[in-house]
Amino acid sequence: MGAGRLYAAVVAGGFRRYATYRAATAAGVFTNTVFGLILVYTYLALWAERPSLGGYDQAQAVTYVWVGQALLSTLAIGGGGAETELMERIRTGDIAIDLYRPADLQLWWLAADLGRALFQAVGRGVVPFAFGCVFFPVSLPGDVGTWLAFLVALGLAMVVGFGIRFLVALSAFWLLDGVGVTHLALLVGMFCSGMILPLNVFPGALGEVVRLLPWSALLQAPADVLLGEADPAGVFVFQAGWAVVLLAAGRLVQAAATRRVVVQGG
Amino acid sequence: MAEGGAGTGARAAGERGAAAPAGEAFPAGGGDGRVRAGLRTYGLIAGMWIRSTMAYRASFVMTVGASFAVTGLDFVAIWLMFSRVDALGGWSLPEIAFLYGLCGVSFGLADLAIGSMERLGRRVRDGTLDTLLVRPAPVLAQLAADRFALRRVGRVAQGGLVLGYALAALDVGWTPLKVLLMPVTVVSGAAIFAAVFVAGAAFQFVAQDASEVQNAFTYGGATLLQYPPVVFGQEMVRGVTFVLPLAFVNWVPASYVLDRPYPLDLPGWTAFAAPPVAAGCCALAGLAWRAGLRSYRSTGS
Repeated sequence: MGAGRLYAAVVAGGFRRYATYRAATAAGVFTNTVFGLILVYTYLALWAERPSLGGYDQAQAVTYVWVGQALLSTLAIGGGGAETELMERIRTGDIAIDLYRPADLQLWWLAADLGRALFQAVGRGVVPFAFGCVFFPVSLPGDVGTWLAFLVALGLAMVVGFGIRFLVALSAFWLLDGVGVTHLALLVGMFCSGMILPLNVFPGALGEVVRLLPWSALLQAPADVLLGEADPAGVFVFQAGWAVVLLAAGRLVQAAATRRVVVQGG
Repeated sequence: MAEGGAGTGARAAGERGAAAPAGEAFPAGGGDGRVRAGLRTYGLIAGMWIRSTMAYRASFVMTVGASFAVTGLDFVAIWLMFSRVDALGGWSLPEIAFLYGLCGVSFGLADLAIGSMERLGRRVRDGTLDTLLVRPAPVLAQLAADRFALRRVGRVAQGGLVLGYALAALDVGWTPLKVLLMPVTVVSGAAIFAAVFVAGAAFQFVAQDASEVQNAFTYGGATLLQYPPVVFGQEMVRGVTFVLPLAFVNWVPASYVLDRPYPLDLPGWTAFAAPPVAAGCCALAGLAWRAGLRSYRSTGS
């Protein structure tokens, strides 16, 4: 079996695994829609006070909300991706099994997480987004090219998201209990990805800094491509750059971490 | 206390039988003992989980800090908004902080006390709920204290801090009635959210995998109440006033304290309606819980 086919099978497995829980998916769709509704009204009030805040008009701000709700679980910005399971396997020692599989640890989990993300995008993302487009004034691109660019940016965002969460998960090799790190990752992720407020609304230097961090590749970057607020090529370079840096860092940490593993004889 | 515990256990087990008479759960003389047993169970289990959490002390400190900060993120969002505008829907930052603080403390207290109940769906799915059913202690108390997360004090503290800021920054014309209304509002609000948690848990007997729906009403409700009612659509405000009466957690009492128009032009006395509303919610949630528990059938294996 070629390596490509192996990882493709893992992607498909990750997709099918999440697709199994239909009731949970429906519940997630409902919850994302409710949160979207709440956020949309607060954004409408904000943009009513300051039209064209952050360079968005009201319709763009509304679109941003629904893109955010569609991508929250897809990119696991609030946690709940492959890293949760990976951390548990490190804590329990099951990671030893993963390490003697004839597959690369990082690529294996990247593939599994991509499968999950692809399902979440289709299963949990599309419906809240469509709901928002039907019931609120949104700003969507008319040309296919922008939509394709959005999908490319989304794919890159998935890789960057995994890169961040893989590093978070590997910290369990040293800390064992990953609850604290998971919380911190959630906190930074929500703030710096633009999930709580678009990054272009952040004031002054703070806004400049958060837009350079890897988290801005998650939500802000694809959203700006979709809204026609950013040059797709520049966004792709930014996202791909962070993806490479994060995956390389993951490799280094993984090498250091696996030297620590001691498999107890049984 | 041992006898009382055993007696409660018999009743708790009896609750599962469809034939159990409706009045049995509130026997004339035993109701008080039942509540006491429940509270004692709750205290014992919660204490155990606190000790267990302390085994990973560094992680505990991080999670309290993170709980404080994650909750605070909502307020950071509001604060960032106010770095660009002076008012939201005509409400100033201290006024919104007042709403936020009241809601934050109420929700934080409910979440601390019984937030763990949202794990019920998982217990139904993996069959571990059965273990709780055979123990001689009220199931509700056992579930509420299950995995008691002391880190959630971070949420209460954060809400309290914002409320403190609001009270310092606002120029409220305090009257004895307004002062009295504050603690009443916080306790009633916590009771309303607690009822939502219990009703959500009861729903999970039916929904199981769909437990996330509950988040829309608990966390979603708490988020909604951080903003003034004028921001939202009329239908939405009506829904959270008359269907799921979250408006009584802070919107209505805060309108009285801040001398603002009431949402939906409610009459003035509704500012004091929170305690009966909370009592009604708790009673309904209790009924839902009993119905849910009765309908439970173990997976068997």
